[in-house]
Amino acid sequence: MTPDTASDNLPREPVRRVDRAGVAIAVALAVLAAVLVWDASKLPATTMYGMGPEAMPIVIAIGLVILTVGNLIDALRGNLPPRESMDPKPVWLIIGGLALLIAIIGLGGGFILATSALFVTTSAAFGRRAVLADTAIALVITTLIYLAFDKLLTLSLPAGPLERLL
Amino acid sequence: MDTFAALAHGMAVAMQPMNLLYALIGVFLGTAVGVLPGIGPALTVALLLPVTYKLDPGGSLIMFAGIYYGGMYGGSTTAILINTPGESASMATALEGNKMAKAGRGGPALATSAIGSFVAGTIATIGLAFLAPWLVDFAVRFGPEDYFALMCVAFVTVSATFGDSPVRGLTSLFIGLTLGLVGIDKLTGQARLAFGIPELLDGVEVTTLAVGLFAVGEALYVASRRHHAEEKLEPVRGSLWMTREDWRRSWKPWLRGTLFGFPIGALPAGGAEIPTFLSYSTERRLTKHPEEFGKGAIEGVAGPEAANNASAAGTLVPLLTLGLPTSATAAMMLAGFQQYGLNPGPLLFAERPDLVWGLIASLFIANGMLLVLNLPLVGLWVRLLAIPQPWLYAGILVFATMGTIAAKPSVVELSMLATFGVMGFLMRRFDFPIAPVVIGLILGPIAESQLRRALAISLGDPMVLLQSPMSATLLGVALIALLAPFVLRGLGRFKANED
Repeated sequence: MTPDTASDNLPREPVRRVDRAGVAIAVALAVLAAVLVWDASKLPATTMYGMGPEAMPIVIAIGLVILTVGNLIDALRGNLPPRESMDPKPVWLIIGGLALLIAIIGLGGGFILATSALFVTTSAAFGRRAVLADTAIALVITTLIYLAFDKLLTLSLPAGPLERLL
Repeated sequence: MDTFAALAHGMAVAMQPMNLLYALIGVFLGTAVGVLPGIGPALTVALLLPVTYKLDPGGSLIMFAGIYYGGMYGGSTTAILINTPGESASMATALEGNKMAKAGRGGPALATSAIGSFVAGTIATIGLAFLAPWLVDFAVRFGPEDYFALMCVAFVTVSATFGDSPVRGLTSLFIGLTLGLVGIDKLTGQARLAFGIPELLDGVEVTTLAVGLFAVGEALYVASRRHHAEEKLEPVRGSLWMTREDWRRSWKPWLRGTLFGFPIGALPAGGAEIPTFLSYSTERRLTKHPEEFGKGAIEGVAGPEAANNASAAGTLVPLLTLGLPTSATAAMMLAGFQQYGLNPGPLLFAERPDLVWGLIASLFIANGMLLVLNLPLVGLWVRLLAIPQPWLYAGILVFATMGTIAAKPSVVELSMLATFGVMGFLMRRFDFPIAPVVIGLILGPIAESQLRRALAISLGDPMVLLQSPMSATLLGVALIALLAPFVLRGLGRFKANED
């Protein structure tokens, strides 16, 4: 997807014969196929002519099984495209930010607090260390977004303690 | 003459002051969002969908037309100035355009891309206006089995035929098809893959999927490889205007690019990469300045940019006449129609000509606005490009989640967004294409209901798929398109062994 014109001189992970991540992807596809079959088996077959609702999941499950085999062959041969080294910490920071956002929305904390939390964690994931300054920026920006969308476009965004003050 | 009358009617709709304003807002927002690095046109449309929630369908579709072309234009600005094309269709532009910017010729590169986009977009939109009614006449005779076969062609070509790996492309497609099954089955009312969660009964929202895969996935991916070298923003130095020499070298590539872009875009196969790269290699072969290629040749920007825009207008042909999206961006446009319960296709031309022709007419208007707006505003777009990365991605994620929060402020929906984000990250990391997932989700349920309708009419006889000559031919095409990459790869290996 994202092209790398200058990737040739970048550090790469050593190429293994068997690509374990590739095997994991194949296993995940097999599990998905199994879930499809299990779910379809619970549907009552009521259709007289043609296909019922259970037919398509089975067809897709068969496709997934074939693709499991295809992905497995690629993984066992080590045929997957080379991957660049990655830094897992920022990824977890952003995922943490998303979890925080979901929790705040779920607990009724409102739009401004929730998206501000995501803003600060994402900004930290991209290397910013000024958490306080970023928090201030985040609160201002998300308040402006809230006002623009809630008042101007009359979209209802979830309100928490901060939104009720506006 | 019918087309002229319909188009004139559409112009009358699009020229209403309110609609002109919507087009202007669309063009402006589309460019502003599309300019941000890493945001392609599909994500631009997905992110801006909430802005149109409260508008009437006509105004919203007109704004969409602006967002669509604006997003395309913004993407090429980014490709030229920082060499991070937001989508594969801008890769050819980045090739020469960024070299031109580095050599201090960013202005003419932006100008040839803007004027080329205008020329190509206008010609291709005329093509759309004349081809669409003809195709609609043809499509009203399609039975459900023909539609099903046509969708099979789109599935295969989008996922398997033109990608790097048919196995990974098809895997993406089948993940999308699986997601398409979630929810209540429209024909029988049975719940599939809902696992007793009420929010899942409505199915997976296309916007949630697209924003998760494109925006959240991209942010995670860029964050994970931040320690690699960052691309530098090239300042626009010198004149913005093209010299007489630039014009002389640009106009033929514009026209040739249009000729590649529109027909290939209009095929129900999709993919703007092919016409852009065809145009790039053609210009490289035909140029009188071969020594400049690879160092910033203006032909290498003019041609691919025109091809890209012409194919974007081309993809609207199958979308509007058949309801068949062949790119992620077209899939988002289809989602935009669906939020009003509108289904593009021959029926929409008959029932809501004002909407369809208003949309086509506003494509012309959006194109003209972009030409007038973009070169003078280039300074503003460059400022947007200079936003520091931490704030840029933090802002993108806030905006991305806002769309979901505005549509459905539920923990389940937001968790789905986060899950799709992680999925998008993994797909980027392991090199799975993303567009087939979106197309599988939006087109899968339509294909299924067409197939089931066909089988219900034939009392369950599957031979109905082969008895209609149209459907039999299309299924044959799909089969060939599916097998071709495997056969060709096998031949390639055979040859390599021989050497």
